[in-house]
Amino acid sequence: MNADSASSTDALVRIRGLRTRLGAKVIFDGVDLDIPRGRITAIMGPSGTGKTTLLRHMTGQLVPDAGEIVVDGQNLAQLDRNGLFDLRERIGYLFQNSALLTDFSVFENVAFPLRQHARLPEELIRNIVLLKLQAVGLRGAADLMPAELSGGMARRVALARAIVRDPMLLIYDEPFVGLDPIALNQVLKLIRVLNATLGLTSIVVAHELSAVSRVADQIYLIAAGKIAAHGQPQELVRGETDWTRQFFGGEADGPVPFHYPARDYAADLGFTKGRA
Amino acid sequence: MSDKPVRGSLIGDGLAQVGALALFLLQVLAALPRSLRHFTETIRQIFFVGAMSLIIIMTCGLFIGLVLGLQLYEVLSRFGSTASVGTVVAIALYRELGPVVTALLFAGRAGTSITAEIGLMRATDQLAAMEMMAVDPLAYVVAPRFLAGIIAMPLLASIFNALAIFGAHLVAVSWLGLDNGTFWSNMTGAVDVWTDVMNGVWKSAVFGGVVTLVATFQGYSTAPTSEGVAYATTRTVVYSSILTLAIDFLMTAFLM
Ligand SMILES: Nc1ncnc2c1ncn2[C@@H]1O[C@H](COP(=O)(O)OP(=O)(O)OP(=O)(O)O)[C@@H](O)[C@H]1O
Ligand SMILES: [Mg+2]
Repeated sequence: MNADSASSTDALVRIRGLRTRLGAKVIFDGVDLDIPRGRITAIMGPSGTGKTTLLRHMTGQLVPDAGEIVVDGQNLAQLDRNGLFDLRERIGYLFQNSALLTDFSVFENVAFPLRQHARLPEELIRNIVLLKLQAVGLRGAADLMPAELSGGMARRVALARAIVRDPMLLIYDEPFVGLDPIALNQVLKLIRVLNATLGLTSIVVAHELSAVSRVADQIYLIAAGKIAAHGQPQELVRGETDWTRQFFGGEADGPVPFHYPARDYAADLGFTKGRA
Repeated sequence: MSDKPVRGSLIGDGLAQVGALALFLLQVLAALPRSLRHFTETIRQIFFVGAMSLIIIMTCGLFIGLVLGLQLYEVLSRFGSTASVGTVVAIALYRELGPVVTALLFAGRAGTSITAEIGLMRATDQLAAMEMMAVDPLAYVVAPRFLAGIIAMPLLASIFNALAIFGAHLVAVSWLGLDNGTFWSNMTGAVDVWTDVMNGVWKSAVFGGVVTLVATFQGYSTAPTSEGVAYATTRTVVYSSILTLAIDFLMTAFLM
């Protein structure tokens, strides 16, 4: 799906002709995608379809086989390590598995990006960190170690760490996993408020359609290595194509395969054709 | 890097590993200046690897000294030259045993835990998270440990030597009745600070670098699974021991 040129001029992230293969599996087979500035874009798709891989491409963690990725006007392929690091300093990234530094307390984890890149007085660091922890409801947990957190708490700490430097682009890989309904509401609100007040751009990868449709301005549905659908949440939920009908309806049958590619089931179980 | 062990010829694999290790060394050296920004991290690591290995190195040093004292006293008494027990013990320790045995113990104690630690950081995306926060794990994680190995090893080897000489003294003087003055005066007369003691110091600094380089490399490039980390830990002990002994031979033969 090609975005029209008007919107692509103001895209913070622009991807054209992305092709990737991991091992023997084709992950992307010609993906074009635009992440407009100042908006919240959701990326959805079946498990294992390559959403995390796409985020890794956008942040230069993984180089695609082919295609062009431009972030804030900079072509990732032409950036050297320093250029890439400069760019990443302006990106907040929430890892799918939180990836907190196990040696450091919650406070130091959130303070880490500040300490590494800015020479700030200790008092200011403390205030910023406590402010961000307060926003995710974990100011009281500042002195705990990551091993002492539950999965949902770890995600919120990781979220606080991702936003601590007020980045221009926030990337959330499954931010809602393991959150109870109260925390989920708070995080949803946080994502919306951050985007509105700081004027940043957000990319949310998530499976929870109800949550996504409450924050996202647009959704990309990725399936089978391509963009299967693209549009506003209300449009997609109406399910006008086979892809969206199946995916958002949660049906096993349809163009999106539920099963990972496999050999013939009967053959795998040891039944050969022709025998009862 | 693929998860499956590559099957090929033993020599080919070995050479590939050495090549990869050499490349890693260059990357770590390039990251060293940047790592000085995190110098407190280096200090923390010196303390960490040093304190971790201290007990085992002191214990083993003592026992090796005890055994050396016993054996040498017995052998030298056949030639009527028990007076030189202290000298032989000290020279053997300073030139060879101290650096080499300390390095092997260091590999087993500190090397393995460095590999496991970094391997786990890889497996849990902590290294990727640092990269995403624009922090270079080579400068922040690897280089401080590498430096710490180079700085801590000579200190550990000196402690090892001191305990071993104490052990030899215990056996030869306190137990077998060698004269205390003879033990010390012969030793101090024959051991040269530059050719014997400093030789050992250079060696142990090099071994400290070798062990931590292998340990960090194995952790850094591990397959991100528990099995991968387990294999990497084993490889750290095997490769760093072999490399230590091989480099020891080369340094002794050509440099000293
Ligand atoms: N190192 C690798 N080697 C080979 N294949 C890989 C590798 N890493 C990931 N894959 C494959 O890439 C595909 C996409 O993985 P990815 O993690 O991007 O999926 P995802 O869309 O984020 O899924 P989920 O919703 O479950 O997080 C998967 O099918 C996986 O099997
Ligand atoms: Mg994923």
